[in-house]
Amino acid sequence: MHQTFDAALEINLLHANQEGADHNREHFDRWGITCLNVMSSPGAGKTVLLERTLAALSKEFKIAVIEGDMTTELDAERLRKYDVPVIAINTGRSCHLDSKMVAGGIHQLAHQYNPSQLDLILVENVGNLVCPAEFEVGEHAKVALLSVTEGEDKPLKYPVMFQEADCLLIAKVDLAPYLEIDLERIEANVRQINPHVTIIPISAKTGEGLEAWLAWVQSQVRAKRSLALNH
Amino acid sequence: MHETDMTKALIVTVRNWWEEQPERPKISHIHLVVGQFTCVEPASLQFAFEVQTCNTFLDGAKLVIREIPLIAFCHRCQQEYRPEIGIQYACPECRSPMEDIRSGRELKIDRIEYNYLTDNSNLKSNHAPNL
Ligand SMILES: Nc1nc2c(ncn2[C@@H]2O[C@H](COP(=O)(O)OP(=O)(O)OP(=O)(O)O)[C@@H](O)[C@H]2O)c(=O)[nH]1
Ligand SMILES: [Mg+2]
Ligand SMILES: [Zn+2]
Repeated sequence: MHQTFDAALEINLLHANQEGADHNREHFDRWGITCLNVMSSPGAGKTVLLERTLAALSKEFKIAVIEGDMTTELDAERLRKYDVPVIAINTGRSCHLDSKMVAGGIHQLAHQYNPSQLDLILVENVGNLVCPAEFEVGEHAKVALLSVTEGEDKPLKYPVMFQEADCLLIAKVDLAPYLEIDLERIEANVRQINPHVTIIPISAKTGEGLEAWLAWVQSQVRAKRSLALNH
Repeated sequence: MHETDMTKALIVTVRNWWEEQPERPKISHIHLVVGQFTCVEPASLQFAFEVQTCNTFLDGAKLVIREIPLIAFCHRCQQEYRPEIGIQYACPECRSPMEDIRSGRELKIDRIEYNYLTDNSNLKSNHAPNL
């Protein structure tokens, strides 16, 4: 007799990654650290944004960077010039950071610095509009960049990342006059799937919008700090 | 591609379950539920699964993927609607943004089908485990 059996598992495929992310977040919370996960397609301007951010905020806050890069340390080298700890994670063939890789980065960091003195960890994810959205790393907020050269339709075509974002930076707006791009259209497309997201048009080149971005980062860090003080 | 990583996670989860079974049954089907509002492409998952299970305890097992449509609920209209992925997510009636996703974000192993093998590879039920 041939009898078949059934076992109901009902287990989320990302369960292990999610557990790891929650674990990382617990560490961050204990240390009073805010963690931001910065995501975009390749070349949208993540590293330049981080350079600007470090230049502006590294006096006020103690910042560290976890830099995800598939094969090189180029981005990490650029950021080390700002005299902050930068942990480079080569993701190899994987096109996103996952919570385990970031846990490894945190351990490396904790060897060199006392993490409870840090205020902010900026994670630069691998340039990719698809995968990073599904893999939480323990961040408190997700920052997505969409550069004006990518086209208005990207939020509709790659909705998951834009739906998950807490802050959307429309990057390289200095280039908008040279392109046939409708910034209002981008905003409207994003709001269709994420009505409450903070949207800031920025240019790392002219400095437009940087103040608003820095103010957003400051508010995230201060909110976390006051939470940590009350515990 | 991330389907490779998802498949790894899938295999690890199933292996953990399998190793807990004293009889190490033969797994014939793994039933997955994949929402349409995820970053997962079912065809890529199938391909990665075939490659990664070759010559393992899952060799020959079938991956059955059930896709779940994206369904949102419009609070203003008090009704469900199906957004057109890639084109339009707002409510087709009143243009309210998509705020409340009712289904389409699923990504889970639903169930496993298995049976028991005897030494000479005949199938037998678990009512007579050692005969
Ligand atoms: N015009 C203009 N160019 C910019 C701006 N921001 C970044 N760029 C340029 O865009 C290119 C890519 O910038 P990066 O910061 O390396 O982009 P990235 O997202 O870190 O790239 P990956 O890490 O490789 O995915 C560089 O040549 C930058 O100089 C901007 O605001 N305006
Ligand atoms: Mg970069
Ligand atoms: Zn409606």
